[in-house]
Amino acid sequence: MSAAPITTPGTALPVLGRIGAEAGREAVVAHIREGARLIRRRDIAMIHSAGLGHVGGEFSVIDILATLYLHVLEISAGRLDDPERDRLILSKGHAAGALYATLAAAGLLDPAALDTFMRPLSKLNGHPDRTKVPGVEANTGPLGHGLPVAVGTALAGKLDGSRRRTFVVLGDGELQEGSNWEALMTAAHHRLEHLTAVVDRNRLQQGARVAETNDLDPLADKARAFGWHVVEVDGHDHGALLDTFTRPPVPGTPTFVIAHTVKGHPISFMSDEVAWHHKVPNTDEVAAALAELETP
Amino acid sequence: MTTSTTQPVLHDCRDAYAATLIELAQADPRVVVVVNDSVGSSKLGEFKRRFPDRLINVGIAEQDMVGVAAGLANGGKIPFVSAASCFLTARAMEQIKVDAAYSNHNITLCGMSPGMAYGELGPTHHSIEDLAWLRVIPNLTVVVPSDPAETAQAIRWAADHSGPVFVRVSRMGVPDVNPAGYRFAPGRATTLRDGDDVTIVANGTVVAPALDAAHELSHLGITARVLSMPTVKPLDVEAVVAAARETAAIVTVEEALTTGGLGGAVAETVVQHHPVPVRFVGVPDVFAPTGSARWLLEHFHISAAGIVEAARLALGR
Repeated sequence: MSAAPITTPGTALPVLGRIGAEAGREAVVAHIREGARLIRRRDIAMIHSAGLGHVGGEFSVIDILATLYLHVLEISAGRLDDPERDRLILSKGHAAGALYATLAAAGLLDPAALDTFMRPLSKLNGHPDRTKVPGVEANTGPLGHGLPVAVGTALAGKLDGSRRRTFVVLGDGELQEGSNWEALMTAAHHRLEHLTAVVDRNRLQQGARVAETNDLDPLADKARAFGWHVVEVDGHDHGALLDTFTRPPVPGTPTFVIAHTVKGHPISFMSDEVAWHHKVPNTDEVAAALAELETP
Repeated sequence: MTTSTTQPVLHDCRDAYAATLIELAQADPRVVVVVNDSVGSSKLGEFKRRFPDRLINVGIAEQDMVGVAAGLANGGKIPFVSAASCFLTARAMEQIKVDAAYSNHNITLCGMSPGMAYGELGPTHHSIEDLAWLRVIPNLTVVVPSDPAETAQAIRWAADHSGPVFVRVSRMGVPDVNPAGYRFAPGRATTLRDGDDVTIVANGTVVAPALDAAHELSHLGITARVLSMPTVKPLDVEAVVAAARETAAIVTVEEALTTGGLGGAVAETVVQHHPVPVRFVGVPDVFAPTGSARWLLEHFHISAAGIVEAARLALGR
């Protein structure tokens, strides 16, 4: 374990809260963009402090999580157990640090708890635990678990005649797990139009490029063949993500968003580098990354 | 071998299971069933006819099946997963561990035709490892009912219980073994017959031969206590320790591997609290050969005669 101080100066995370559509698109996008910047700053400090984490895949997914939690999802701190809340399941559970920081930014988790990330007895485990953290919808970590669970909760909503939404965020390497393809069939069979799967398509898995390991392409064609409405989007363009996630559903069809991302984004020395899957930044690297995350 | 002159009526516990699920579904709209193309083998045809939207058949996809059940629980439903025990437990083990148990969802996993019920189909279709695999998973209650009444009550209890439960539901014919007015409770054994010399601990389909064995032992001057132990986890530690203190030896009987299941649970308890000789009746560390379920039970001496022999060895008599 690193002996680094628990909090790196300059990485305190304010509670930004969720911004409503009434603020106007420009203000919503600005709110998400600033949120994502501050979440990244807090997240890298958490990883440095814990001496553990998955900074590459967290930085690739933070813009997606920020867009969802800071605007799209209909959830609030007072109603985390409301049956009608929207659900987000982080299937790539190794990005837990990004999830916790985003929950804190959204006002759903006490920011002080972030200092305990992965410390003994912390409720902020290295992979999220719904029994310990309100707002976490599913215990994930082993890959290929989130999509079936998302299908189940979306199906419960359909049985209840509810219009609540379910999002599940997956890694792209994770799609090598066969359970996902079982669930893709089930979702289309049950015409779960309020279900959206978002693939963080950073094209790297733990040890190598996805394409060099067990290629997924043509991913969009595969998802279409499984009966899903496919949308491709720049996973770091907050406006494009916002528009994608707020578009009305295609009747009777679940939506499969391929969010093209870069692992380690936007840090120059981490971007698209496989080594940063779970490499822990040292003090100098944290300072360099924070410098790149200085400007809103 | 001495047996009673009147043949008892034998029941398929799936009938009580399916009828109970229908009653639960009528009473509570949150009750749903998730299956893997296992409607017929679970005897859920009538459930499907009455509640077509609430029987979710994901097809032959066990990982999806258990994950979907967890999602249904997240969405406020009370899911019962109903699938052949061999596929449910082996194919979806990580989903059972993570999505059901670690997530601590109110999910009831119903392992149909467990043990060697699919005898002739071979080891791929036997589920004799399930008790050992599932007993070690935290939060999970593991139930092996012995007759229709206990099956129905375990299913009702599981629907109300707020955590994950695994229930074996056998197709092998069993007589009623529990007394009238019996009430199932997790972690509570039932003394079906009292005795001072040896204790036989059994559950599921093999409670009946345990009772037969006690009867035969009485002819040898050996009084055997018979404990029905419906929950392998939690085990009735108090009843096992009392048996160890009050009788000279213990024989465990299960339609499962003797490594890690009921016998393992009893032995762990005995060695910690009051060591006495323990003998295991069940399938030793092998894949079972081909044969009918009844033939396989005899083959592995999971029978009244086998239990008598184990008791005599344990007592040195």
